Parts: sequence; C-alpha cells; structure tokens
Amino acid sequence: MTTTVTSHRPRPAAQPDTLRAKRLPRYAAPAIALAALLVAAVVVYGAGIGGPVLVVVLGALLYLVGLFVAANAVEGRRAARNRTWSALIHSAFVLAVLPLASVAWTLISKGVERLDGDFFLTSMNNIGARDPNGGAYHAIIGTLEQVGVAALISVPLGILCAIYIVEYGRGKFAFAIRFFVDVMTGIPSIVSGLFVLAFWVLIVSPWFNDGRPSFSGFAAALALSVLMLPTVVRSTEEMLRLVPAPLREGAYALGVPKWKTILRVVLPTALPGIVTGVMLAVARAAGETAPVLLVAGGGAAINFNPFENNQSSLALFVYQQAGDASRYAPARAWAAALTLVALVLILTIAAKLLARRNRLGR
Amino acid sequence: MGETPHRSADAGTGGTRVTEGHERPTGASARVAEAPVSTRTPGGTGLGGGGALPRARAFGAERAFRGLTLAAGTVVLVIIAAIAVFLVAKAVPALRADTENFWTFEGWFPNDAEPKFGIGALAFGTVLTAALALLVAVPVALGIALYLSHYAPRRVGTTLGFLIDLLAAVPSVVFGLWGREIFLRPVHDFSIWLNKYFSWIPLFGGEGPFGKSILLGSLVLAIMVLPIITSLSREVFLQTPTANEEAALALGATRWEMLRTAVLPYGRPGIIAAVMLGLGRALGETIALAMTLGITFNISFNLIENGGNSIAANIANTFGEANETGRGALIASGLVLFAITLIVNITARVIIYRRREFTESAA
Repeated sequence: MTTTVTSHRPRPAAQPDTLRAKRLPRYAAPAIALAALLVAAVVVYGAGIGGPVLVVVLGALLYLVGLFVAANAVEGRRAARNRTWSALIHSAFVLAVLPLASVAWTLISKGVERLDGDFFLTSMNNIGARDPNGGAYHAIIGTLEQVGVAALISVPLGILCAIYIVEYGRGKFAFAIRFFVDVMTGIPSIVSGLFVLAFWVLIVSPWFNDGRPSFSGFAAALALSVLMLPTVVRSTEEMLRLVPAPLREGAYALGVPKWKTILRVVLPTALPGIVTGVMLAVARAAGETAPVLLVAGGGAAINFNPFENNQSSLALFVYQQAGDASRYAPARAWAAALTLVALVLILTIAAKLLARRNRLGR
Repeated sequence: MGETPHRSADAGTGGTRVTEGHERPTGASARVAEAPVSTRTPGGTGLGGGGALPRARAFGAERAFRGLTLAAGTVVLVIIAAIAVFLVAKAVPALRADTENFWTFEGWFPNDAEPKFGIGALAFGTVLTAALALLVAVPVALGIALYLSHYAPRRVGTTLGFLIDLLAAVPSVVFGLWGREIFLRPVHDFSIWLNKYFSWIPLFGGEGPFGKSILLGSLVLAIMVLPIITSLSREVFLQTPTANEEAALALGATRWEMLRTAVLPYGRPGIIAAVMLGLGRALGETIALAMTLGITFNISFNLIENGGNSIAANIANTFGEANETGRGALIASGLVLFAITLIVNITARVIIYRRREFTESAA
C-alpha cells in the first residue's frame, strides 16, 4: 500500500450547521465559464489583439482561475484543487482530440477523391506532371512483398529468440539478450535503413550485381525485419510467460522431451497472442517510409521481383507524391495515405480482436 | 482443453496437445534429455529419477533445438553490433575526407570536391524538436490517459481508448502530409501573432517568413507521439489495484487526491517507460520532420521562422543526390543518431529495471 493521505488541519472553531460540506451550486461552473468568455472577448476585441481562437483560449484560462478562486472560497482548498485538476484533465482531452480528429477527417475527405479503380490498377509509369490519372498499383505490390519477406525473416527468428529467453536462457547472457531486445525497440527506422544500406546495398549486393550496388525490395525487407524483430520477440516472450506451468509439467511428467513440449504444448497455447504481436509488428513495418526510401530506391514502374531493381512502397509513394510539383499529386498522395492507413488499421483491428478472444488473456 | 484423443495408455491426464501426434508414446521417455523440475529452473543433470532414466545424448533433437534458439537469441546481439560496425566502416572514410570540423561546422556540403559537413546544427535540431514535442505531448497525454481511465464513463473510455490505440498505429508519413497541407496554415497564423506581440522574446523573434518552422515540426511530432504515450500510460493507470484507489477514497480523499496518491505513484515506472518510448520515436522520426521543417543548417533557438533541421530529416532530404562521400557523411550522421537513441534507451531501461524491483507488474 503506497496510499497515504496527509492529515488535514481540523476545521475552524465555527462548526458547520450540517454534516455536509458546503458546495458550489450546480450553475456555478457554467456561469463562471460564461463570465470568463465574456471577459476574454471584451479584453481581446477591446485591445484588438486577436480573433475568436484567442477568446476561447483566454476564456479557458480565466475559467480555470475563476473556478479555483470560487471553489476555494466556498468549498475549501482541497475541493478547489480537485475541481481545477478535473477541468485541466478534461481540457487536455479536448485539446488533443481536435488535431487528431482533423487528421482523421482530412484523411478521409481528401483520400476518397482519387480512390477509384484506376488508382488500384495502374502504376505511375509514364505519368507526367500534366496527367491527372496514375495510381499506386506498383506501390501496393511493393508494400505487400517487402512486408511479407520481412515477416518471413523476422517471425521465425523472433519466436526462436523468445523461446530461448523464456525457456532456455539463464544468467547474464539471457539477460543481455533481453536487455538488447528492449534497446532494439528504440532503434530509429532511418538507422536500420542506413545499416542495410551500408551492409547489404553497398557491401554485399555488388557481389551479385557486377560490382554495382543494387537497390531492391529485399533490402527494404531486411531493414523492416530489423524493426519488426524486437516487437515480435517481446510479444512472444510475454505470451510464453503466460502459458500455465501445469501444462508444461504435465507434458514433462509424460516423458515428453522439452523441445517437443515447447513446440507441441507451449507454442500452440500461446499462438493467438503471438499472432497478435506479429500482426502489430507487420502493421508498424508497413507504414515505415525511411528505410524503403534509402534502400529500395522507389520507382514508378511495376516490379514484381523483390530481389532486383528498384521497388516502391505505399508510404514512400505518399512521400514522393507529397513532394511532387504536379497539381494532381496531392490527391494521389492522400488516396495512397488513406489506402495505407486502411491496410494498417485492418491489421491492427484484426490483431486486437484476436487478442480479445485469446484464452490466456491478461 | 477440449477433446482428448486416447492414443496411448499413459496419456490420460495430460493436455490434449501432449498426446496429439505422438508417434511412439511408450518410447517417449527414452528421449528425455534433461529432467526439468519446473520451467523456470530446469534441472541441469540428466539423472532425475534414480538413474533409471537414459542419459542425455550428445546430438539429440533437444540439443539441436536448444542450439537453434540460442543462435536466434545471439542474432539480436549480432545485429546491434553489426549496426555499429557497418555504420562506422562506411562513416570513417567520409569523416577522413571532411575538411571541416565534423562536430562544430554548421553546413552540409559533402558532395563538393572539398567535402565540408558538420553534425552540430543537425543534432541540435533533433534534440530541440524532440524535447519541444515531449514538452507539449506528455502533459496532454497524461491528462487524456487519466481522463480515459478515471473520469470518462467506462463505455466512453473503452471506445475512445481503442480509437487512440488505432491512432498510435497511423504511419508517420500521414502525419507529415497532414502537417504540411493542413496544419501549416494555423501554425503560420499563430506564428505571425506570436511574432507581433512577443517578438521581444528571442524564441519568437525574426523577420519571417514563418510557417515551416521548428514550431510546426515539433507540434506535428507532439501530435504523433501523443497517442503512443496515451495508450501506454492509460494501460498502466488501468492496472492500479482497485483496493488502493478505494482505500484513498475511503479516507476522504477527493478524486484528484486519489489520483495523486494512489494512481500516479503506482504508474510511475510505466509513465517513464511510455515517455522514453515517445522520446525514442521523436528523436528518430524522419519523414514527418522531413515534410514539415524548412531545411536550414544553423543553430538557432528561433522557433517560428522558416528553418530547422534534424539528423533523420536531413538524411531523407539529401540522400537522393548524395555521392560516395555524401552517403558516408549521411551514414556518419546516422551513427550519431544511433548513439543518441542508444543512450536514451539504455538510460530508460536501466531506470525501468531498477524500478521494477519495487513495483512489480507495472511497466
């Protein structure tokens, strides 16, 4: 128990005539708000220093002060603090919802503009600055392939790593691995992109490509798998720890070897949770722009082969279209952004629904 | 559990998965490599029950599997080391070619015949934008988290919490696009207003043009990390033991006093973890900043004039026209970013691991 409530000064000698403490009347808060807004409006327009936004901001500040003073006079300091903090917390909520709602609204309203069949079925090949059409087919292919390959690399590796940490690892070495998995969660995506650039594109790939560095979707997949690995390890690790010990002990008691227990008892039990973690990792990787920009190079044409030549991705497509001078580019950027968000959110929602049905639960 | 396929006589009490697919149930014990007592502390020696058990094999499936997992675990360490090694390997030639001081020179001309570039302004911009973003985002995020966990009606709290979780998954390029196309206008107006009345504060001075400034970049960054910090700290606040909260209320605490004495101290390690995660995201954020900052290479505390830059944004912006030395220079700057984030992360983890001893299960 960490709870301690400091003792308070006894009430002043004058006994209250009822047992209930005095409270501000119900109409006090709206009245103070109205007064604060009026004062703010008079000050702002009187001095000519701003518009309606400033009135609201100043009004909110005045409201907080007024509420504190009024409550302090009637209800006492503790109740006044309580009211002020409550108002602050509510206003934090309003403050944050405004931009987030604006993001969502703009995304949808601007995104549907170009969201037609053409957008999904054509690439940007031979689309000039004056052409209103063009689409993200090549980018969608790129995203799916890169994320798929990245998942193929990072999921088995991540699950095995988590099994080592939970089931086999002991002592300093296992602790070091856990620690560095945590640290790895914080590696910026651009650093992982630079790593693959230095390691794969500039040093390894010239061996296969007549001495010239080759950008490819596979390089992007490598960079994405560096980003996905810690997420997969952490979620798998958490799920493996939730598997009840009696399940394992039952298997051991039957003489099942440990590796088989892990593969046939522990993993299937933890599977829904692991899948959830993997889907969240995939969703995060699908939205990464920087690594793809550095090592896949982008490109306007459709390229199904992740191992050769430049590839684009949805996120990179958004970035490139946003920087494009063509007046049709912003609409394409928003449509691609909406597609990307839809893809990511479908994955995320599916993952959360799966997590909710998970028997191990939290 | 479910159905129990009785395929062997000695499998009556086990879980279904145990018996499923057991080809040779009677011979299964012959392959026990170790005799683990419990999962956390597996016994080391092969002889468990009176020496009757078979001895561990040198090259059994058990050893192979264990070796495989060990290798996978080692890969993590190898990757971290490889990141450092390869970045250094590619950065050193470029740093040798640099004709100016890498730490203090303000400018980025690595593609010239006489390469000149310095990290100072970029590192400064990175830290400044991230710090400003957290300064804005953390109080608001904690406020929302408290609102969702302790003020809002349960239904509303759960629904909005779910929506915030979804927003945390929205890719940064979308926030960048929004910041550049929509948010630029209000920030531009706000900057002009600030400059008009507060230009005596150096932060808001300058002659303009305003808009694509550090202010815009850090506000977009703040909006981006807000859902991340909120969803993590909300989860922590929800885990506060009800007994603690009710005890505080029973002692006559107001709701704020209850939050301050029961909820916040309990959630502190979780809050620190959430903030550090947000800081990591903010420091390494590339695309949102590349799209909202007006690229300059000077160290200036002016928040509202066009300008500002960060290591990651610079990499994204100048990578396209970089030559051999230019790439090396960008990799060198990435190495600095890697070092900064590594320090932040390791500090955060050390704090969390130390705190965890006191408040188990949170964080």
